[in-house]
Amino acid sequence: MIPILAVAGLRKSYGKRLVLADVDFDLWPGDVLAVVGESGSGKTTLLNCVSARLRPEAGTIRFLTRHEGQKDLYALSEAQRRLLARTDWGFVHQNPSEGLRMNVSAGANVGERLMALGERHYGRLRGAATDWLARVEMDAARIDESPQTFSGGMRQRLQIARNLVTRPRLVFMDEPTSGLDVSVQARLLDLLRSLTRDLGLAAIVVTHDLAVARLLAHRMLVMKDGRAVEQGLTDQVLDDPQHPYTQLLVSSVLQP
Amino acid sequence: MRDPHYAFAYLDERTKRMVRRALLKAVAIPGYQVPFGSREMPLPYGWGTGGIQVTASILGPKDVLKVIDQGADDTVNAVNIRRFFERTAGIATTERTREATILQTRHRIPETPLAERQIIVYQVPVPEPLQRLEPREAETRRMHALSDYGLMHVKLYEDIARYGHVSTTYDYPVLVNGRYVMAPSPIPKFDNPKIHMNPALQLFGAGREKRIYAVPPYTKVESLAFEDHPFEVQRWSRPCVLCGAVDSFLDEVVTDDRGGRMFVCSDTDYCGERRGRKAAA
Repeated sequence: MIPILAVAGLRKSYGKRLVLADVDFDLWPGDVLAVVGESGSGKTTLLNCVSARLRPEAGTIRFLTRHEGQKDLYALSEAQRRLLARTDWGFVHQNPSEGLRMNVSAGANVGERLMALGERHYGRLRGAATDWLARVEMDAARIDESPQTFSGGMRQRLQIARNLVTRPRLVFMDEPTSGLDVSVQARLLDLLRSLTRDLGLAAIVVTHDLAVARLLAHRMLVMKDGRAVEQGLTDQVLDDPQHPYTQLLVSSVLQP
Repeated sequence: MRDPHYAFAYLDERTKRMVRRALLKAVAIPGYQVPFGSREMPLPYGWGTGGIQVTASILGPKDVLKVIDQGADDTVNAVNIRRFFERTAGIATTERTREATILQTRHRIPETPLAERQIIVYQVPVPEPLQRLEPREAETRRMHALSDYGLMHVKLYEDIARYGHVSTTYDYPVLVNGRYVMAPSPIPKFDNPKIHMNPALQLFGAGREKRIYAVPPYTKVESLAFEDHPFEVQRWSRPCVLCGAVDSFLDEVVTDDRGGRMFVCSDTDYCGERRGRKAAA
């Protein structure tokens, strides 16, 4: 099997400060990878680099395209990267208002990617939007309401629906649950888990919450000062941490 | 009579050459907005500075100019622009659509079909059709470059979801030659079908925004729509009170303060010609 995303020797610095130093990892189709680490450890920079939103200084990111095998992301043209970003990929922001168009209705938010791909039938767009609102457990009657009137949890659901409507194979998530209260978090995690399983999604989830990693992810990558200090199966890393930093991280979790 | 103190058609020759170069590029890439060095003109922005510069650059001594504003030849804007070119270029002007070689217009395309030997110049306030949806210009240019026009349909979707139909009635966005989305200037959507496969050369000038674009003769121009909500133009339930036309764009004119009103052709030349023919018959 070929990894859907193969990252090798990734390096990025802001001015003199090195934020990513030689990060390597492979992501397999259908696998969920959690990237954990403290604030400032380079998690979000890593996510931005591999999702073609920030060009790294060195290293290669190879994505397994649907029909043409592995392609180096930064060797593609901008038009091709944009097409990938709105068909085969999804990006779920921590703050839903960054990922949504707050001034248009929920239905238009879900339909936008389809329209960008050339769907020109209002009825079908409407049908797809209704269908996806139901899949993320939202009331389809609110299809014409603006996301401004939605709660944080609903906005996050809408953002997920908007990303999944084109059936992507790879989804990037930046702290998808951290802005929400605990009970809403639990339901959203449940939803994400069943969606990734049912759709066979590969995903990279950046989080500082080890519980989220434990619930969602198959594999885990621990970041410290821009380096990937440990990676492996989630249960293995959490139950038997090898690197001193991972040991510290696991032991600092509060047990209620 | 031409005032000899001005350069022919007001602009100096180098400026006109610069504008013509932009025009050539615009004609070569239908619907693409070409930047140009817009000059200060002796009238305020919003009154047709872009259109005047385009007209000045293509005007020859033998041209016959017609200027319309909201379809009429006798409104302030039209009268003054016509007089401006009479004075600075000494050219002949007309109110008849058929007789003109160059037509400068604001807000309308004449009802009388244009011919191959004619050029129509539009005054454009906002050349960027995506501006209201995406305020960053760097981003709108990238969207044009990558033909990333999903956002335009989001606006149409939103209209239908909210009002049951597309609520845009003027400056209705079009797709030119299957490539660029273009603002047709604030003409009513009633006039959009006339841009499609028009035998005349159509030039668009935006003075404040410093952009020129064009639709060459016989170019495919499609108004954006959904398959199940096709593009439609305005219809009126009654004919023009003056000439009885049923196929022209009608203006509502309030006649008193007791609710009296009438509907008349906005194209004064078309209406006058029809009335003249009726009187002769």
